[in-house]
Amino acid sequence: MKRWWLIGLIIAIFLVMLSPLASASPDGLERVAQNEGFAELAEDAPFSVIADYLFPGIDNPALATILAGLVGVAAVFGASYALSLMFKKKA
Amino acid sequence: MHIPDGFLNTATVATTMVISAGGVGVAARMAGKEMEEKKVPLMGVLGAFVFAGQMLNFPIGIGTSGHLVGAALMSILLGPWSAALVMSLVIIIQCFIFQDGGLLALGANILNMSLIASFSSYFIYRLSGRAFGHLPRGNLIGVFLAAWSSVVLASAACALELGFSGVVPLGVALPAITGVHALIGIGEGLITAVVISFVRAVRPDLIKSRVEMVR
Repeated sequence: MKRWWLIGLIIAIFLVMLSPLASASPDGLERVAQNEGFAELAEDAPFSVIADYLFPGIDNPALATILAGLVGVAAVFGASYALSLMFKKKA
Repeated sequence: MHIPDGFLNTATVATTMVISAGGVGVAARMAGKEMEEKKVPLMGVLGAFVFAGQMLNFPIGIGTSGHLVGAALMSILLGPWSAALVMSLVIIIQCFIFQDGGLLALGANILNMSLIASFSSYFIYRLSGRAFGHLPRGNLIGVFLAAWSSVVLASAACALELGFSGVVPLGVALPAITGVHALIGIGEGLITAVVISFVRAVRPDLIKSRVEMVR
């Protein structure tokens, strides 16, 4: 299996396709922040690129989430691949 | 457990920034020594997998959800330094592109979910290897424990930071946040064990019988 890493990448993309099904409930920290009354202290970022994992300008939320996820998977894969190549050269 | 801006005070922001910058700097130097040929695509694939996995919040009941952190998975497959580095990369991309986790809280989020989660899972994985035997023979128990405790310890660090910042009393934050994450950690443990089993089936050579840390 020479292209095993391609399979890994396909699995990651498959997970992104499932992301519209993710639970929308607050996560552990958000839950405690709401229960203990400090949730409103949270500030939004001063800028917005793909905030809330919704690709901007897309009306369909499921599609917007999937597109956001694909951008993220590509960005992380590219950045960590580049990082590891850098190390390989050094090693 | 991405901390947004507005929760942490200046002292906590500064302290966690300094610790994380130092930690990532050391990790960048040490990860090179952990590097092997097969790790080149593996780092990219694991980064992509963990990013996607973090988007999939699973319900844990009580109107609350949790998602994979992924530090334990990376730590077991890559070693703790490379794991910390790729985890930091994921958290930085989430912060700058997806506005998930605050800019000022970036240091704290890297400290909790990257540095603490990667190294705690590494040490617990090794300890449990001594107790239950090492992979690939067995020790999915160790994988589960390492993943579970990495989430709980990261959440404890998060609670400490919130307590020190004075937004919530530490005596309230610590049991509440670690309690929720003790549940979320079960998901982390199960997902990590399933993925490690899968990797063991298709690429057993990627799983070291005994993870050694370079020094």
